[in-house]
Amino acid sequence: MESVAMTQPSIGPDATTPKDTTLIYRQSRWTRLTHWLWAISLFFMLLSGLQIFGARPQLYIGKQSGFGYNNTVFAIGAENTATGPRGYTEIFGHRFDTTGVLGWSGPAGQQTSRAFPSWATIPSYYDLGTARVVHFFFAWILTTTLVVWLVASLVNGHLRRDLAPRLDDIKRLPQDIIDHAKLRFHHTREYNTLQKMAYGGVLFVLLPLMIITGLAMSPSMNSVLPWLNEVLGGRQTARTIHFTVMVLLVGFFIIHMLMILAAGPINELRSIITGWYRTDPPAHGDEASKRSA
Amino acid sequence: MAKFQISRRKFLTGASLGVSGIMLSGCDAFDSQLGMGDGLRSFLENANGLTYRAQRLLAGRDALAPEFSEADIRQPQRPNGVTAPDDDTYKGLLANNFADWRLEVTGLVEKPLSLSREQLQNMPSRTQITRHDCVEGWSCIAKWTGTPLSLVLDQAVVKPEARYVMFHCLDTIDRSLSGEIKYYGTIDLIDARHPQTILAYGLNGKPLPVENGAPLRVRVERQLGYKMPKYLYKIELVDSFTNVGGGRGGYWEDNGYDWYGGI
Repeated sequence: MESVAMTQPSIGPDATTPKDTTLIYRQSRWTRLTHWLWAISLFFMLLSGLQIFGARPQLYIGKQSGFGYNNTVFAIGAENTATGPRGYTEIFGHRFDTTGVLGWSGPAGQQTSRAFPSWATIPSYYDLGTARVVHFFFAWILTTTLVVWLVASLVNGHLRRDLAPRLDDIKRLPQDIIDHAKLRFHHTREYNTLQKMAYGGVLFVLLPLMIITGLAMSPSMNSVLPWLNEVLGGRQTARTIHFTVMVLLVGFFIIHMLMILAAGPINELRSIITGWYRTDPPAHGDEASKRSA
Repeated sequence: MAKFQISRRKFLTGASLGVSGIMLSGCDAFDSQLGMGDGLRSFLENANGLTYRAQRLLAGRDALAPEFSEADIRQPQRPNGVTAPDDDTYKGLLANNFADWRLEVTGLVEKPLSLSREQLQNMPSRTQITRHDCVEGWSCIAKWTGTPLSLVLDQAVVKPEARYVMFHCLDTIDRSLSGEIKYYGTIDLIDARHPQTILAYGLNGKPLPVENGAPLRVRVERQLGYKMPKYLYKIELVDSFTNVGGGRGGYWEDNGYDWYGGI
């Protein structure tokens, strides 16, 4: 119903006044609802996940954790030095001093040995059991939201119309990269190529991978899907992938925020809250044809 | 277009404000709501029930945990929790190489048992190479040998009203105002009768070492390590958690872990 009346931005040169035609209904209620459910659940999953990681702040490759041998690829820890305790982060054997943030952090005089600082974990104090309660609650919300979004987007055409890659997207990619690098944004109804790649990558690669590697760490799920860890390279590799995907999702979030700030936060926020989005005025013919492509 | 374009300076200012806002938000905001028994905590714990039912639905009664090959045993089994019980009773039993130790099987059973180590070892045994997953996140593969718990339960004849198997342990895990707290935990009869659930007395082809729970510990291969108590001396069949510690079914459960440790 809404799509008939609202998703038809009349962008031709014959439009009556630019003011009426530039404001378009861009995001359906399903897209907006699921977006915010993801935002909330990813926030809680990240902060409870960092707390859970703190119980064993090492990542390994393989079926098990190497205690009698070394298969550690990532570690956060603290050590005593001549100048007092220092926090460190070790990636593939390369050690970095991360005192104050990773390994050793806290208010002056009250620093403690903890992987991630208290401002980045839920609860702020060390509590693995509570973090697991929070993590698994929002895991259900996140997964359910992903399924709801997928069904809604198949039905309402969001997937086919806005996210499906087209031949044109490849041709546009170089220009798209240049435009983004110069913070030169085109406000159109369509997503640009980099947007499609980012959103599609999160929704079809990162989030499913997060759910799969999460399940692969469950001993009861291993009895149901014994092949899962074999495909992934072992339970500890699954855990390492789970953590790596988290880092990629945080990276996506940071870029997402920067792009919104750069492209016009009020307009972008309005479209993901109300659905309405102000597009660029259809000043030139080439702009219009670019948009309707 | 110009309308929504912002200068580079404004952009950088906004970006840094945004990032520092996120960093300052902190997470102690939720702390007061997440303690045991708090409203929000109790609400979120509802999902544990859903998680439990989903696992039971998918895994059923007899789906087996993956088993590994000898080549996957690459290190000694990492011990965790109490690794050298300081309890006089335990030290006395250990001094005599557990000759005086008995496993009591009591509670809702027709025939209470008192089994010596030899009696347990003379029963049919099962050996399995499995991966131990700790709730903390680490894993370790080892070979476990023991008596299937189902055989012991059959010998004791479980009463129909029994629902859980409670494990009583010899090691002190904690101290409270009312004294020492010995480790305790429960599993239900589905896991108790699972083919891989064994009362293990052997590890990697040798007698179970003290640090891993000598003389006897349980293996519940579809759950996490905290569900596999060590230093067993009594198995009690119960119909509820009412008389199990704080009422949530185990020592770690009373401290906030979920009763079903399948994930």
